[in-house]
Amino acid sequence: MSMETGIVGFVALYIFMLAAFTGYEVIARVPAILHTPLMSGSNFVHGIVVVGAMFALLNASSVPEQVVGFLGVFLGAANVAGGYVVTERMLEMFKASGPARKKQEPK
Amino acid sequence: MSAAWVIQATNFLAAFLFIYGLKRMSSPVTARSGIRVAGYGMLLAILAGFLYLYGLRPEAQSHLGANLVLTLVALLIGIGWSWRGGKKVPLTDMPQMVALYNGMGGGAAGAIAAVELLGGHSSNATYLVVTLVGAVIGAISFSGSLIAWAKLDGRIRKPWRMKGQHIFNAVVLLVVLALGVAVALGTTISLGPVAISASALIAVFFGVALLYGIMATMPIGGADMPVVISLYNALTGLAVGLDGFALQNPALMIAGMVVGSAGTLLTLLMAKAMNRSVSHVLFSNFGDVSIEPEGEMEGAMKPVEASDAAIAMRYAGKVIIVPGYGLAAAQAQQKLYEFVKVLQAAGVDVKFAIHPVAGRMPGHMDVLLAEAGVPYDMIAELDEVNDEFKGTDVALVIGANDVVNPAARTDKGSPIYGMPILNVDQAHQVYVLKRGKGKGYAGVENALFYADNTGMVYGDARETLVKMISAVKELGGEAAA
Repeated sequence: MSMETGIVGFVALYIFMLAAFTGYEVIARVPAILHTPLMSGSNFVHGIVVVGAMFALLNASSVPEQVVGFLGVFLGAANVAGGYVVTERMLEMFKASGPARKKQEPK
Repeated sequence: MSAAWVIQATNFLAAFLFIYGLKRMSSPVTARSGIRVAGYGMLLAILAGFLYLYGLRPEAQSHLGANLVLTLVALLIGIGWSWRGGKKVPLTDMPQMVALYNGMGGGAAGAIAAVELLGGHSSNATYLVVTLVGAVIGAISFSGSLIAWAKLDGRIRKPWRMKGQHIFNAVVLLVVLALGVAVALGTTISLGPVAISASALIAVFFGVALLYGIMATMPIGGADMPVVISLYNALTGLAVGLDGFALQNPALMIAGMVVGSAGTLLTLLMAKAMNRSVSHVLFSNFGDVSIEPEGEMEGAMKPVEASDAAIAMRYAGKVIIVPGYGLAAAQAQQKLYEFVKVLQAAGVDVKFAIHPVAGRMPGHMDVLLAEAGVPYDMIAELDEVNDEFKGTDVALVIGANDVVNPAARTDKGSPIYGMPILNVDQAHQVYVLKRGKGKGYAGVENALFYADNTGMVYGDARETLVKMISAVKELGGEAAA
């Protein structure tokens, strides 16, 4: 991707290890009622794969690469957009009781 | 500032925003801003992705125009299609949508690996191996998630099993690995007159990996879906992380790994809530085994009229409601909350108790109740609420079975023995809303249904709740909602 950051050998392992612990610690604190939005939210986050797919497609130099790359970007983009919309819609519904709730009462 | 520098800086920022966003998602109060924060990170990263145009591989230069158009079209179709789909889909269909979008992420990860392999870009052995592993995991997650989606969406209704499935699947997996080694070594195979080229070999490699995902998911039953979805979520994350290494992109590495470990954690939590190991879920064909009941059940199931049960709850001091997949299946969440509001108006203390694996995905019931407008502070988790059943007048179980089966506590011979359950049997009176007299998913008799303090209300949950609402309303008085 670029010569400026060669992530090689142990540096990659360090990144993987720290990211894994970060994910574990961040998620371990999420209450069970938020497990579905959380899954769909983390689902959205791995949609970053679309950026990798863009790189692959932009660098394609044969028809098979272009076809598969196109598929990759399409799938990644769908992952991002779908993951975001669905998570946002779910989180919008989580309301506490109290004064704020009045507005949300079904008509 | 070179283009590469800008890409690095935005990716760094994106990685930070993802983690910060996920962190904000740990409370219902800040959760919504959390997903927005992560969304900004994603937008930045995607826009910066176009800067790759300034550092293309030499052989791709001549395809620049075509590739750029393809990228834009793929982005627009992908985003447009699933943005609309995601907006339109009813919230009760969340589990399948999560499975679907997750599968697409896995597919994208697989596709990246495929492009890298086809282009022969991974010259170094380490990158090659990592790319191959990413390819296998991405492909399995893609086809497996799509099967999970089809099952959750009701397109595949029954677990599909065959004789010798374990052996068959193991063979398929071995073939995948063998093909992977062949691809890595750059082998071309000649079978007599048929010579398979390197790219055909890659295609076969992906085909067999996809087949494995299908074969591994087909036998898994609906109630095990919370474990399966979490697992595929973790696998997609892992595949993305490995692709990130292959492409030397730290944002992909970090985001992928964070999701990978988060998904793993959820997978283990779900498996723990069923008191089973993950491998047991994946390989045991649970519902397939017919279990001989340990002796006859004592007593009989006592059918109760919906209106009688409703009136009993109207005059109760405290009611705890335990929803299960049956609530989602009957689309009864709105009616349920309407009934709860009628009870609350009559002065009854009402609360929801939710088992971690109730429904078809982690937290499924919580989303369902949130959709109906139930405030989240009325919803309690298993550990918080389990001691309260003793002092509860009425426990109302709706479309749940195994998660309230006391056999899990008492009967060592029961297949669900040891699974943490909601102790509804300790309430003074239990009402169970159930479609029919069938057994639970695990095929186990539920002693709760035969207990002296349990009344069975048969029928569609939605219709039953409508009857219950009108029964309480007919009593008049302050119960008007």
